[in-house]
Amino acid sequence: MDLETEQSDVVVDINKLSLIFETSDGPIHALSDIDLSIKSGEFVSLIGPSGCGKTTLLRVLADLEKHSSGGITVNGMSPDQARQQNAYGYVFQAPALYPWRTVKKNVVLPLEVLGYSKEQQNELASQYLDLVNLTGFENKYPWQLSGGMQQRVSIARALSVEPQLLYMDEPFGALDEITRDHLNEQLLGLWEKTGKTVVFVTHSIPEAVFLSTRIVVMSPRPGKIIDVIDSHLPLDRTLDIRESPEFLEIAHQVREGLKAGHSYDDD
Amino acid sequence: MMTTRAPSLLYKSNVLPVVTIVFAIIVSWYLGAIYLNSPQLIDRYQKRGVDWSFSQLAQDSWSMERAVLPAPHQIALELKKTILDKKITSKRSLVYHAGVTLSSTLLGFLLGTFIGVSLAVGIVYIITLDRSLMPWIIASQTIPILALAPMVVVVLGAMGITGLLPKSLISMYLCFFPITVGMVKGLRSPDPMHLDLMRTYHASKAQIFWKLRLPAAVPFLFASLKVAIALSIVGAIVAELPTGGQGGLGSRLLSGSYYGQTNLIWAALISAALLSATLVTTVGYFQKVACRRLRGGQVFSQ
Repeated sequence: MDLETEQSDVVVDINKLSLIFETSDGPIHALSDIDLSIKSGEFVSLIGPSGCGKTTLLRVLADLEKHSSGGITVNGMSPDQARQQNAYGYVFQAPALYPWRTVKKNVVLPLEVLGYSKEQQNELASQYLDLVNLTGFENKYPWQLSGGMQQRVSIARALSVEPQLLYMDEPFGALDEITRDHLNEQLLGLWEKTGKTVVFVTHSIPEAVFLSTRIVVMSPRPGKIIDVIDSHLPLDRTLDIRESPEFLEIAHQVREGLKAGHSYDDD
Repeated sequence: MMTTRAPSLLYKSNVLPVVTIVFAIIVSWYLGAIYLNSPQLIDRYQKRGVDWSFSQLAQDSWSMERAVLPAPHQIALELKKTILDKKITSKRSLVYHAGVTLSSTLLGFLLGTFIGVSLAVGIVYIITLDRSLMPWIIASQTIPILALAPMVVVVLGAMGITGLLPKSLISMYLCFFPITVGMVKGLRSPDPMHLDLMRTYHASKAQIFWKLRLPAAVPFLFASLKVAIALSIVGAIVAELPTGGQGGLGSRLLSGSYYGQTNLIWAALISAALLSATLVTTVGYFQKVACRRLRGGQVFSQ
């Protein structure tokens, strides 16, 4: 691909990154020798069993966790600088909405923190609530919404500051499969429309294959990358593609990768 | 069908349980009055050498001037006498004395809330205060207020400070504690994810406080305020004991016990209880309003 030749397109660059947690039971190697570079517009999924460090890696990217050694840049800056410039939006495992704020007030929270004017707040809130199909729910409180709607609010909140980079940490992990399928389709459409770079953590193989342009397979103890699988499914895919041979072939590769990681673990 | 509706309404509301309990209390009160007052009466009958029946004993024990335990209707009569029949400005009006107690209660409550919240903010934000202050705050509550109150009043009196302030300070001393404890818990209640979210926005400490910690603490604050206002009234009454001359429900309790006027003591006690219940209910009302504004009417308990 010609994208690969252009250095300026690299959004996230990770070089020999390691993270060691010091605990009372001795050091834990959460991440070990991670090498990964993500280009603009890519949809990269990190997949692996629990404890493989995929969430930790995302938190390091977001400067919510500090790495122990190695190099990492986000937009050419350190994660700390990138965070201070609000280079990314972060969607957590849970919606993490503030229960005392209405839907709209939750969406404008980052805008309030960054000092946007009231008009800009209103405009961006309605724009991104519309994008996640929640127009008309502005004045509802989080407890009045279903889990899937709450997570959509949190996606609108992450998008409202219009970051070029979106970090999503198992955003649909707590939802039922029907809702999850539906949201996967919506997210795919949203990614196509906005052209954002997405780093997506999941432990679901179909979800990773359906959404991603690249799938990073990780294994635990120590958390490391086992395999990186490219995916070239057509952009205008629907959920039906999950029965196509191409899809099944990629899913098979991911499963083989996960298996390899697991056999290592059993030694 | 109409007949089934009335009792179900009675069961659903809390009217029936409350009436039942009140009835039970009144009945046992009347029985208790006979039990406690009869030794004195029987003694008197024997001295006078009169024959007495149980109904005579009951009647007499419910109408003694200085009963060990006056009957409810005697207390009600005393309340009517001291609340309805006296001018509010009169020194014998319980409304006047309740007003004196109320003013020091409220001032103490405001001071206590201010100090309690300030201490909590300090403890949550400054590690040194967290380590150094909390043991002292807890120790302060182990000192019996009854021993401390006269000293505070006397010392401040010697410095020329009398009247409302010394009494309010004792109220404050009692009521800041639950507020500090509740607020510390409340300010620390936000979920780690909620805090991480603020970190991803690069929010300042002040923004995290106003947009996250403080709203999260409001339910805890109100739970503490309810306890605090009741303690504040206790503090005001205890503080009125050594300053009897200045009035207040505490001073009525004191003069009642000096002169053995049990009716007066009970009337003052019941006034204090009513005042306290009114204040706690008022705080509860503000809690409801705040919660409605805060969470769109969602019921939550803390």
